[in-house]
Amino acid sequence: MIQVKLFAAAKQFAGTETATLNLEGPVALHELRRMLIKEHPALDAILPSARIAVNTEYVADETLVNESDEIAVIPPVSGG
Amino acid sequence: MPKNCHTKNTNNARSQMIHLTNTPIDTNQILTDVQADEAGAVVLFLGTTRVVTDGKVTKSLDYECYPEMAEKKLTQLEDTARSRWPIIHAIIHHRLGHLEIGEASVAVAVSCAHRRDAFEAGQWLIDTIKEEVPIWKKENWADGSTEWVHPGAETPCEKPE
Repeated sequence: MIQVKLFAAAKQFAGTETATLNLEGPVALHELRRMLIKEHPALDAILPSARIAVNTEYVADETLVNESDEIAVIPPVSGG
Repeated sequence: MPKNCHTKNTNNARSQMIHLTNTPIDTNQILTDVQADEAGAVVLFLGTTRVVTDGKVTKSLDYECYPEMAEKKLTQLEDTARSRWPIIHAIIHHRLGHLEIGEASVAVAVSCAHRRDAFEAGQWLIDTIKEEVPIWKKENWADGSTEWVHPGAETPCEKPE
């Protein structure tokens, strides 16, 4: 099981702060994006413009992740 | 360390200079803490709550963050700024939670020997915070609707009342 943290509009649209995907790693982030939308179709409105952070760093979509990674959907930020 | 102790700022003290807080930002304390004998310039930026945006009236704001990554990113940004400008002290405080009109959302203060560095470093820090740090603002509009602010997202993230 891969857990993905959701924030802001992503959390609102999915209705949960954690998405759980029935996957074992390693999986590339672009595939993870597809699985997230399959599991939570409402995420389609925000996921394309969101970055994904792995272990608190922004990474490219080719990055492979597995169950032990901390993965988070980062919608366009609006702090400051 | 007592305030009147004229020693160099150490890396240990620096970690207290980045602060995510649910309580109002104390700008007087920040201005006191950022000053230094070697500094000829102090620049303070405050992010304030704009009441009208694109014709819509803000009643209040809520801020959410990804805490571990936000603190890490703020520290990274300070490190980068220090590598580019001769910063003496840098203080970055960001509010989280519920903010009423008139409350500051963020304070960025830098002190340098000379003002050009202080202005440039301060501007770079707030500009980059706004692009990189995982903190999000939710507008609570006067008409009762709420909206996460996500610049560049195609679909408005608006929730009607």
